[in-house]
Amino acid sequence: MIAPDIFGRLTWNALFPSELVTQVAVVSLGLVVLAVLALVTRMHRWGWLWREWLTTLDPKRIGVMYIIVAILMLVRGGVDVLLMRAQQATSVGTSQGVVSTSTFQQLFSAHGTIMIFFVAMGLMFGLINLIVPLQIGARDVAFPFLNATSFWLFFTGMLIINASLGIGEFSAAGWLAYPPLSELQYSPGVGVDYWIWSLEIAGVGSLLSGINFFVTILRMRCPGMSLMKMPMFSWSVLCSMFMVMFAFPVLTVTLTLLFLDRSIGTHFFTAGGGGNMMMYVNLIWAWGHPEVYILVLPAFGIFSEVVATFSRKPLFGYASMVMALLAITLLSFTVWLHHFFTMGAGADVNAFFGIMTMIIAIPTGVKVFNWLATMYRGRIRFSAPMHFFMGFIGLFTIGGVAGVMLAVPAIDYQLHNSLFLVAHFHTMIVSGVLFGDFAGVIYWMPKIFGFRLHERSLRWSFWCWFVGFVLAFGPLYILGFMGMTRRTSHYAVATGWQPLLIVAGLGVLLIATGVVIMLVQLAWSVWKRAENADSTGDPWDGRTLEWSTSSPAPAYNFAVTPVVQSRDAFWASKQAARRGALAPARVYTDIHLPRNTGVGPVIGALSFILGFAVIWHIYWAAAVALVVLILVVVIRTTGTDDSERTIAAAEVALAEAGGEVSRRVA
Amino acid sequence: MRGRRRLAFRAIVIAVAAAAVVAAAVGYLRTVDVPVLEPKGTVGLQELHLILFAAGLSLLVVVPVYALAITFAVRYREGNARARYEPGLEANTRVEVVWWGIPTLLIVVLSVVTWTSSQALDPYRPLSSSARPLTVQVVALDWKWLFIYPDQHIAAVNQLVVPTGTPVKLLITADAPMNAFWIPQLGSQIYAMPGMQAQLNLDATTPGAYTGLSANLSGIGFSSMSFETRCTSQAGFQSWIATVRASPSRLDESTYAALAVPAVNPRVSYYIDDATGLFDSILAKEQMMAAPASAADPPPLPGAVAARADP
Repeated sequence: MIAPDIFGRLTWNALFPSELVTQVAVVSLGLVVLAVLALVTRMHRWGWLWREWLTTLDPKRIGVMYIIVAILMLVRGGVDVLLMRAQQATSVGTSQGVVSTSTFQQLFSAHGTIMIFFVAMGLMFGLINLIVPLQIGARDVAFPFLNATSFWLFFTGMLIINASLGIGEFSAAGWLAYPPLSELQYSPGVGVDYWIWSLEIAGVGSLLSGINFFVTILRMRCPGMSLMKMPMFSWSVLCSMFMVMFAFPVLTVTLTLLFLDRSIGTHFFTAGGGGNMMMYVNLIWAWGHPEVYILVLPAFGIFSEVVATFSRKPLFGYASMVMALLAITLLSFTVWLHHFFTMGAGADVNAFFGIMTMIIAIPTGVKVFNWLATMYRGRIRFSAPMHFFMGFIGLFTIGGVAGVMLAVPAIDYQLHNSLFLVAHFHTMIVSGVLFGDFAGVIYWMPKIFGFRLHERSLRWSFWCWFVGFVLAFGPLYILGFMGMTRRTSHYAVATGWQPLLIVAGLGVLLIATGVVIMLVQLAWSVWKRAENADSTGDPWDGRTLEWSTSSPAPAYNFAVTPVVQSRDAFWASKQAARRGALAPARVYTDIHLPRNTGVGPVIGALSFILGFAVIWHIYWAAAVALVVLILVVVIRTTGTDDSERTIAAAEVALAEAGGEVSRRVA
Repeated sequence: MRGRRRLAFRAIVIAVAAAAVVAAAVGYLRTVDVPVLEPKGTVGLQELHLILFAAGLSLLVVVPVYALAITFAVRYREGNARARYEPGLEANTRVEVVWWGIPTLLIVVLSVVTWTSSQALDPYRPLSSSARPLTVQVVALDWKWLFIYPDQHIAAVNQLVVPTGTPVKLLITADAPMNAFWIPQLGSQIYAMPGMQAQLNLDATTPGAYTGLSANLSGIGFSSMSFETRCTSQAGFQSWIATVRASPSRLDESTYAALAVPAVNPRVSYYIDDATGLFDSILAKEQMMAAPASAADPPPLPGAVAARADP
């Protein structure tokens, strides 16, 4: 018999979820994981998976892994939505709906956390990894190993939040876990600890990524690419990473303080004991508001690329666009209080933050007008990415208006925490962030894998998303006016809310159809990749450097480092070639790339043990994991430098001549 | 021309579908209550006016954006060879000044409105009225609302009764996680936080029964935290006070301790409140923990805080 506390709070009972929904979820998740493992084993792909993917330091492959995780989490967060919508559509009067209140509260807490941290952030960092080095004419990121570490911390955060499904429970305190509800007094279980440690670990990964890409963009641009010649996506990422560097430390510290409250009895945010919940709310939004812009600016950058390419015109008002980005970046740190106008701050304070919030609408509006002006006198191809752009304009404008309304404190007093607010921020994040990231994935897919996606089904998927969105969130705007608050698990018949919630549920089913079409289409496109192959490297008649190299892009990105003289450098070189100008002679030299390493996944595994052990109060395991983790990092960063591999000039020449690019790891 | 006809057909289908959806929504909303749009107090009414004003002002941006987006998308589509193509057009200072300028002007207008309305509708600002204000102390509990009428020496759970035409001064706290006090028909919500006293000034202009609720997640019983707000004539209010005073229960320490036990409790109950100062002692309970302890009085241990939750 083992001493009971060797496993801290972890007991056998924690392994058996009581509710049917959770049991089904755990079993189906387990079956999917087993199926994947069996498939890899049967196809004898373990070695390949480890050598080519899990240990890779190639940002393109890391980007692909981010996006795969994000797609899986989109499905997980989407299933949460289906259950939440089913609950709210049926839990009326005498009916208690399809899930218990406790499960419902865990569902919305998990949905928000997963969608922001593991879907939106995953898609964003995925696309940044894929495209930023290519777009600035670099061979790699500034710190390749750090980049892999970031991914594995992100992956670990994802594992921890999903472990809560089968082992114990998840937080029921909402996606931002306001105290004192999230304090030990009111949430004694492991749920909030799962939330804290999932975000603590993933958040450190995001911070490291932020530093990495900020330095990459500032220091590794190809010759000739001054900041004002940089493509707009890279500009937007530069701004976003700047915000990451300043916002994420706040998140890490805030979560740590909450954890100290819960574990060693400090009183930062408790009710009583000198704690103050208002401090937490301020801190979490000092991170949370910039976070919104961290996500949306890169999506704006993607739209800037998409509109210019598919309108066959340069982006209109480049300098204005840069100014708008910078303005949004700075202002994003001055508006956090608008998330809690109803906390009782004085009229002057509320009015100040309301006005600062509205000011952000100005640069955002300018961006919209500049995108429209880019379409003016263009030759617009309405390919799938352009569909998502048009959908974005249609929805984001409405969401923006709702946002400006909520920025007036006296209006917010009436609509705060209502479904109007829920509809507003979903409009911004779905049409702004998700539509942007979808457009980016579709647009850049050929560059990464060398084949295009199935255009027609993507358009069908878009229409499902768009119409589904209107049906799902239109009713929510109205329900806000009807006095329905967010997170409501049960209501009376007389409220008249049910018909609207049923419509919203149907809208979500339509969106789910759109997701299914996307996934089937993805599988089909991979299956038929030979037919959709892009041999040119430039399937959309692109304008920026990433389209100048072959598809799929070789591990070293560019055989010869490009030199640029203007914005839209690749477009300019194509124009010059058309006029008969000769391309400069290509002289190949040896290329040095970082060697793959298994330290990234090891750091991920150790962080998982650390996080999991702390959540369950298995302190000896946490201590061991922490010590080993520190040792691994120290040894890796101070060890002998055999971390590079060289691709000889002759090999590069051979690969380029054959058109068949060697992606073999030396 | 086939492309053109198809485009026109699609536009008609979309317009008809949109019109049908809007008609259905409006038709439905006429049959139900929409509290925020049908305010029954002066605060809610002013807030409705603000909502309508801000929405109207926003149309000045929405309409041009939609018009430009649709026009450009149709006119400059690839299939329309007659449209002009200018692959070098990349900036125009004059038009950019226009679209930096117009949103700026709109925001200046809205900022002025924001500033004045934030002052006028500050929840702490007493409403101007010749009538003497009624004070009600509000405590958010797990998961019910306690309303104490300090001047009438009564208290009620889950029912707030106020006379119309009288300003009501609500002093709000919580002996529970953070909640938000909200009566959509009367206007303005505000957070109810332990150890903090918020203030909300409201009034009712039309008699009736309106639902009040908590707008902030406070645990498992959160959705059941609704209460009835009855707005009556002065005479109706007096007779209600008499009814409450006839209650056999007194709001003493043990009654309060029983009330504070976390439980879903949607029932209405009435109390006589002789031992005035309960509200202050609830507030002080949290604050006392915060105050530096005297030399003879050791600071409370973490365990003591957790113990306070147990009844």
